[in-house]
Amino acid sequence: MSANLQRGYNALKEVLDAPIASYFSSCVHCGLCAEACMFYTESGNPKYTPIHKLEPLRRVWFQEATLAGKLMRLVGLAKPVTDELLAEWSPLVYDSCSLCGRCSMVCPVGNDIAYMVRKLREGMAASGNAPEGLVGASKRTVAIGSPMGVKWPAVQAQIRHVQKDTGLTVPVDQAGVEYLVLMSSMEIMNYPEYLAALTRIFHKAGASWTLASDAFEATNSGIQIGASDIAREIVMRIVNAAERLQVGTVVSPECGHAFTAIRWEGPNLAGRTFGFKVKHILEVLDELRRSGRLRTKGNKSIPMTYHDPCQIARRGGVVDQPRTLLQMVASDVKEMDEHGAMNWCCGGGGGVSANERAEPLKLKAFARKKAQIEQTGVKTLVTACANCRITLEEGLEHYGMNITVLGLTELIAESLDDETTSADGGAA
Amino acid sequence: MNATAMDLLIWARGTGFSLALAIALFGLTLRVFEILSLGRKHDFAPAREDSPGSGLRTVFSRSLPLPGMAQKSPITYFGGYVFHVGLLLVIVFFVPHIEAIRAVIGLSWPGLPTAVIDMVSVATLLALVAVLFDRRRNKVKRMLSGFGDYFAWGITFLPMVTGYLAFHHLVLDYTLMLAIHILSVELLLIALPFTKLTHVVTLFLARWYNGDWFGRRGIAS
Repeated sequence: MSANLQRGYNALKEVLDAPIASYFSSCVHCGLCAEACMFYTESGNPKYTPIHKLEPLRRVWFQEATLAGKLMRLVGLAKPVTDELLAEWSPLVYDSCSLCGRCSMVCPVGNDIAYMVRKLREGMAASGNAPEGLVGASKRTVAIGSPMGVKWPAVQAQIRHVQKDTGLTVPVDQAGVEYLVLMSSMEIMNYPEYLAALTRIFHKAGASWTLASDAFEATNSGIQIGASDIAREIVMRIVNAAERLQVGTVVSPECGHAFTAIRWEGPNLAGRTFGFKVKHILEVLDELRRSGRLRTKGNKSIPMTYHDPCQIARRGGVVDQPRTLLQMVASDVKEMDEHGAMNWCCGGGGGVSANERAEPLKLKAFARKKAQIEQTGVKTLVTACANCRITLEEGLEHYGMNITVLGLTELIAESLDDETTSADGGAA
Repeated sequence: MNATAMDLLIWARGTGFSLALAIALFGLTLRVFEILSLGRKHDFAPAREDSPGSGLRTVFSRSLPLPGMAQKSPITYFGGYVFHVGLLLVIVFFVPHIEAIRAVIGLSWPGLPTAVIDMVSVATLLALVAVLFDRRRNKVKRMLSGFGDYFAWGITFLPMVTGYLAFHHLVLDYTLMLAIHILSVELLLIALPFTKLTHVVTLFLARWYNGDWFGRRGIAS
């Protein structure tokens, strides 16, 4: 067994737990998970059947955690885990899975397949079978601080722009505030309107907030690639900053995987609960709305639809808030046929969009989202994830569709009621 | 011939059945132990307090297809329902089976009329044939399937078909057919813990873990 393979095998042994064992024990090969996966439905290739993507992990489970498997391995009858197997499976595990978890909703025996793909990636990364694009992103995050290589001066430049445009101050490294705001590289580089929108919303709401110069990046390529040590290091930057600044709530940006990374995986990577709350920006906005601190006026009458980012809705439980918020500012919202917890993924999550090798397959899988958008007949698509947004824009461009994509936070900021200020906040 | 068939039947009903039952119970206990002994790490992420989902909810809700799914794979769903419900009815509500169960655990309940059981049996057999046909025809299922899948199908089909033939006194002498029927049930019991048929027990664990995971995050899965 090569050293790489040994590392990968050990990592896979390490991730085995009771849920995984119950899942593999229960699979009846009914194939229904394939029908839930756009990488299968749009390509028609059975190798993209979700449960099939787990074969290396299944083999490790069988020969390490079942009596029958142990006996079969003893007499050389168990199917081996080899370097070739892991190399062959790398595109299935990384390119054809966005960890969207739709398959986990339909499996009749209840298998959480996305949970297992996430675990399998630990073994793939440890054995050197992660795709180059993700390896690069992880290295940049550790060395520079962000997967796209964005450094603090780039954020500072954006802060200057925002301050000039809004006439407001963007607080940095302020202790004792209500909210510590995180961003994703994608927002810093491609969607500067996000920071401007937040600055205006928090000002109107009279909320105290800050950015942290040593923890501004919320995305976590350690999780996408499946390297818990790297993931832990990235999470701890945020935890340390939040605890140093003694903030009440850390606000995950409009990025689904960032939310999963800090809200759900973060405490487990740190091995403890945090001394602060973690909320997605949509949860924060909805709370501000409910307490009367967020008020909008006017109603856009152009028809719109909302794309649920998987990690925010299905894997994160934020389903109603975006709808309530969108209703505040838009009068003609059409839902896609399958939405909320059963939305179809844009195809770019889980590291797929950072993985150049996956590009053609990602665009093919986008045909599902394309069909969903076309069915609504609208020309304006609202979402709340910078990574979904770039994937949607690329997909729409690829298919020559003339659709505008908007971020929900900036849409809210555009409709802020300028006549009221934070001073008279409180009354709904 | 008849004496041999009777001996076989007596062995199958007595020693054979006890043995098979013991192996099934031991094996299933082992499988559940194998799963639970792996444990699950404590989740430090605070769960949502107002979640509509839970492990228990998913244990039940996964028995129903989500909207739109049944149309995508009708044979899997409808064939699956018919043969699962059919097997359950025939095993639990056929009067001679109730008698056999009473002999083991001392409990009994009213059975279904023979004509109903007969109809259900035919439907179950047809559904089993349909899902096997679909396993060969559907490219996803064909790719996923190996020896274990066809073996599991075979040992599920065998008790159904032999029971049907025995009841109708078809093909073989009744005594011999009944002996074969009981032996095929014993084969099923013995294989239960060591094939994918283990799902009859482990799916409750799987659904619970799934529902619990989603439930903590605020989603009813």
